Amino acid sequence: MDNNQLLAVDATILFAGDSGDGIQLTGSQFTTTTALYGNDVSTFPNFPAEIRAPQGTLAGVSGFQLKFGSEEIYTPGDQSDYLVVMNAAALKANLKQLKAGGTIIANSEGFDPKNLRLAKYPEGINPLEDGSLDGYKLFKIDVTKLTKATLEGSGLGTKEIDRTKNMFVLGFIYWIFNRPLDTTIKFIEQQFAKRPEIVEANIKTLKAGFHYGDTTETLMQRVQVRPAQIAPGVYRNINGNPATAIGLVAAAEKAGLKLYLGSYPITPASDILHELSKYKNFGVQTFQAEDEIAAICSAIGASFGGSLAVTTSSGPGIALKTEAIGLAIMLELPLVIINVQRGGPSTGLPTKTEQADLLQAVYGRNGEAPLPVIAAQTPSDCFAAVYEACRIAVEHSTPVFFLSDGYLANGAEPWRFPSSSDLPAITPNFAKPLPEGEKFLPYLRDEKLARKWAIPGIKGLEHRIGGLEKEHETGNISYDPDNHEFMVKLRAEKIQKIADTIPLQTIDNGPSKGKLLVVGWGSTYGSIKTAVKMALAEGYEVAHAHIRYLQPFPKNLGEVLKNYEQILVPEMNNGQLVRMLRDQFLAPAEGFNKIKGMPFSSEELFQKIKLMSQL
Amino acid sequence: MSIAIEEKEPVAFTSKDLVTDQDIRWCPGCGDYSILKQVQTVLPEMGLKKEEIVFISGIGCSSRFPYYMETYGMHSIHGRATAVASGLKATRPELSVWVITGDGDSMSIGGNHFIHMLRRNFNLNVLLFNNEIYGLTKGQYSPTSELGKVTKSTPMGSIDHPFNPLALVLGAEGTFVSRTMDRDPIHMRTILKRANEHQGTSLVEIYQNCNVFNDGAFEIFTEKSSKAQQTLMVENGQPLIFGATKEKGIVLDGFHPRVVNLENVSTNDLWIHDERDRVKAGILTRFFDDGSSVEHYPRPFGVFYVEDRFTYETAFQAQIQHAIETKGKGNLDALLKGNSTWEVKA
Repeated sequence: MDNNQLLAVDATILFAGDSGDGIQLTGSQFTTTTALYGNDVSTFPNFPAEIRAPQGTLAGVSGFQLKFGSEEIYTPGDQSDYLVVMNAAALKANLKQLKAGGTIIANSEGFDPKNLRLAKYPEGINPLEDGSLDGYKLFKIDVTKLTKATLEGSGLGTKEIDRTKNMFVLGFIYWIFNRPLDTTIKFIEQQFAKRPEIVEANIKTLKAGFHYGDTTETLMQRVQVRPAQIAPGVYRNINGNPATAIGLVAAAEKAGLKLYLGSYPITPASDILHELSKYKNFGVQTFQAEDEIAAICSAIGASFGGSLAVTTSSGPGIALKTEAIGLAIMLELPLVIINVQRGGPSTGLPTKTEQADLLQAVYGRNGEAPLPVIAAQTPSDCFAAVYEACRIAVEHSTPVFFLSDGYLANGAEPWRFPSSSDLPAITPNFAKPLPEGEKFLPYLRDEKLARKWAIPGIKGLEHRIGGLEKEHETGNISYDPDNHEFMVKLRAEKIQKIADTIPLQTIDNGPSKGKLLVVGWGSTYGSIKTAVKMALAEGYEVAHAHIRYLQPFPKNLGEVLKNYEQILVPEMNNGQLVRMLRDQFLAPAEGFNKIKGMPFSSEELFQKIKLMSQL
Repeated sequence: MSIAIEEKEPVAFTSKDLVTDQDIRWCPGCGDYSILKQVQTVLPEMGLKKEEIVFISGIGCSSRFPYYMETYGMHSIHGRATAVASGLKATRPELSVWVITGDGDSMSIGGNHFIHMLRRNFNLNVLLFNNEIYGLTKGQYSPTSELGKVTKSTPMGSIDHPFNPLALVLGAEGTFVSRTMDRDPIHMRTILKRANEHQGTSLVEIYQNCNVFNDGAFEIFTEKSSKAQQTLMVENGQPLIFGATKEKGIVLDGFHPRVVNLENVSTNDLWIHDERDRVKAGILTRFFDDGSSVEHYPRPFGVFYVEDRFTYETAFQAQIQHAIETKGKGNLDALLKGNSTWEVKA
C-alpha cells in the first residue's frame, strides 16, 4: 500500500459536465465499483430536462453526486469533497456544492474562450487562471489532449476519441481512491460488444487515466476509504425505479397473479415501464397506452379480468387519472397507482425531486374517496414498500397509492436483497363458484370489509359493477339517501381497517420520549437519519420517526406524537404531512420546508434541530 | 390466474337468461330497447359461454346497457369504455368483450381511446349507439349533430362540423366497419352476428332514435315512406341498388359515384360491393350529406369494410410466450439478485 494515502471515513464526489459527456455513466460506474469494494454508498444524479441542451451552456450541465464510506451512508452527501468538471459551465453551476477547501479536478480544455463565453464568464476571465479558486485545491488536466494522445493511431475519428474522455477522468478518480478497474472494463466489454475498436479505446483511456495519477508527479493526495462495517449478507446496487419494478414482479409472483402495467411515458416514472417491459418471461404484461387516462383505465380492465394491475406516472399524469381512481374506489378492485413525484405544479420541474403530491394522493378526488397511501423511504425500500402496496390492494380489494419521487427513482444504494422465500404471502380475495341457484352478491364483504374479486369466466358469478353508487351487498344502482351515507362511511371504514394489518409506528432513532421528535415521510429519510444521528452525537434530546403508511396512519401514531414536547416535520413541499398530523391528532407539529427541487442537506436539518432544541 | 377455469362445452342459454332483475330506465319509445332486444336475441346463437361474455360501457343513456345484461359487465366512466375493454381483452383474450358506447362517449370525450382501440385492432365488438344528441345530460348537440342544429347549448344553431363516424373509423385503421339501425331488427341481428365473427375490432354504428331530445333524426332512413329511396343496403358481391322498386343503382365513374336509373344502365355496370376494397369503402363512407357534397346519395347500411389483421391481444400474449420460450420462465431469485453482487462477511 502507498504510504501517502490519507485515511478517510467517507468521501463525496460530484461529477459534472455536458449532458453529452457521459457523466451519469461515469458516476454509476464509480458507484458500482466502490460498492463492490465494500463501501456503503448513496448516489444522486441531477440532470437537465432537455435530452441534449446546447453544449457548453449552464442549462446543459448534468451532474452525478455520490457519497461512499466506511460507515453507514444515508444520503449522497450535502456538499462534495471533490468536484470533477468537464467544462466551465459545469464549474459555474456546481461550485456552490463544493466544500470550502475541497478539490476541483478540471478538464482545462473545457475552459477555452468558447466554453467560458457559453458559461457566461465575463470576457477575458478564466476561473482556472484568475485566482478566484484559491480557496480550493485545483487540479487542471487537459483531458481532451491526453485522450487524443492515448488513442493516437487507433484509427478512430476525433468525435469517437472525444467521447472516451470520461473514461480518462474515471480512471484518474479510481487512482485517487485506489479502486480496481475490472468492473468497468467488464462493463465496457459488454456495452460495446459489437465494436471491439470502441472497447479497446475506452479501456485504453481508462487505464491511461489511472496511470496518469501514477506517472505524473501530481500533488493529488490519494485517499483510502475502507470497506464499511455493514450488516453481513449478499448485496447488490439498486436504484429506486428498478426496485419498484422488481417489487411488482415479486408481488405478482407471490400472489399467483399475472402482472399488468398500463402506463404512459413521463419523467421520472418511465424507467419502471422500461424495466417491466424487459420481464415478459415472468409473464409481465406491459401496455404503453395512448394517454394517462387509458393507462389507468386499461389497468382497471385488467384488474377486472384478474391481473395484478398497476399504473405508473408522475404528478401531471396522476392528475389526469383522478377520475379513474375514483372509479376504482367505487369498483373496489385491486389496483396499484404509482406516483414518482417531481416538482410541480403543472409541468413544474420534471427532472427535479419534490414530495408535494401527498395531499393529492390522500384527498385529491371528487366525492368521499379514501384509499391507502404508502411511501418509500430509500431507493431500495421502493421494493418493500411497493410490495406492501400490492399486498394491501389485493387482500383488501382497493386501489392503493404508492409514492416515490425523482430522488428515490434515480438515487442508488446497496441493497441486501431478500430471497423469494422470505417475502410475505399475498392472498388474493377471489370469489369462489357458488352452489347452483345461489345468487352472487358482488358487494358482500368479509371481516376486512373487502368485497370478493369475481373475475369473468366463472359460471354463476356474472355481475355488473360501475361508478354509480352501489346498494349495500347487491351492488345494484342505488340513489337511496340512507344507503349512500352508509356506503360512504363503509368505504371509509374499510380503508381505516387496514390499520389493523399494518405495523405500529416505531422510532427510528433516539429516545422514545423527550423534547423533540422529527417526523418525516418518503425520501427525506436519509437526510433526517443523518441529521438526527449528528444531533444525538452532540447530546441533543431528539428522536426520528419516519411514516411509511400515510393513509391510514399506524394506530399508535397519535400516542407516539404525544411523547414529545415538540414535533418537527421536514418536507420537500410547502407543508403537507404537517397539516395531516395537526388535523388528525391536534399535534403541535411545526413544518420545515424546502421546495427547491433538491433534497434536504443533513447540515440544514441539523441546524434546525439545534435551533429548536435551544428554544 | 390461481382459479382454474374448467373447459366445458358451452352451456346453452336463452335470451331470457340474459335478462337481469333490474328495471330498465330508458325513456319509453327509446331506440335502445330494440338494440337490447336484438343483442339478447342473437347472443345465444353465437356459441359463446355466458360466463365469458363481458359488456363494458362508458357514460350516457346507452351505457346503462350492461345493467340489463345478465353477463359480466362494467359501467365505467365517460369515454373510457374502450380503454377499459382494451386492458381486459389484452389480458383475457378468451373472453367475448362487447363495448357499448354512444356518439358523445366514443367520439367526443373518448375520441382518443376510440381511435387507438381501432388501430390496435383488439378483438372487440363495439356497438356505437349514434343518436346525434346528448340525451343523458338532457339535449345538447353532439359531435355527430348536424351543422346548424339548435339545442339547449346552441340556441343559434351548432357551428361544429360533424364527424362522419365511419369515415373516422376507416381513417383510424378500423378492420370492420358497419352500420345498422334500431328500426330494422333483422338487419341489426345480421350485422351483430357478422361483427362477432370478425377477428378484430368490429365497429357497428347503430342509428338510434332519441325520441325525447332528437326525435326523427333518422326518420328518412327508417320510415317506410322514404326508407327505400334514402337507404342503400350493401351486401358483399352484390350491385349497389336501391329504390322502392329497386329502380336505382350506383356506378363508379373513376372515383366518382353516380346515382343512375336502371332503365338506362345495366346492373352489370353497377358498382359491385366488395367488403375487402378499402378505397371503395372509403367512398362508401362518403355517402354522407354533411353539406359538403353537391350530389345526394342514399345512406348505406351493412358491412362497408372487412380486413384481416392480427389482433392486439394475440400479438401481446405471443410476445410473452416467446420470451418464456427463448429466455426460460423468469426466476424471481435471479431477478432479485441482479447481475453483480458482493458479500459482506460477518
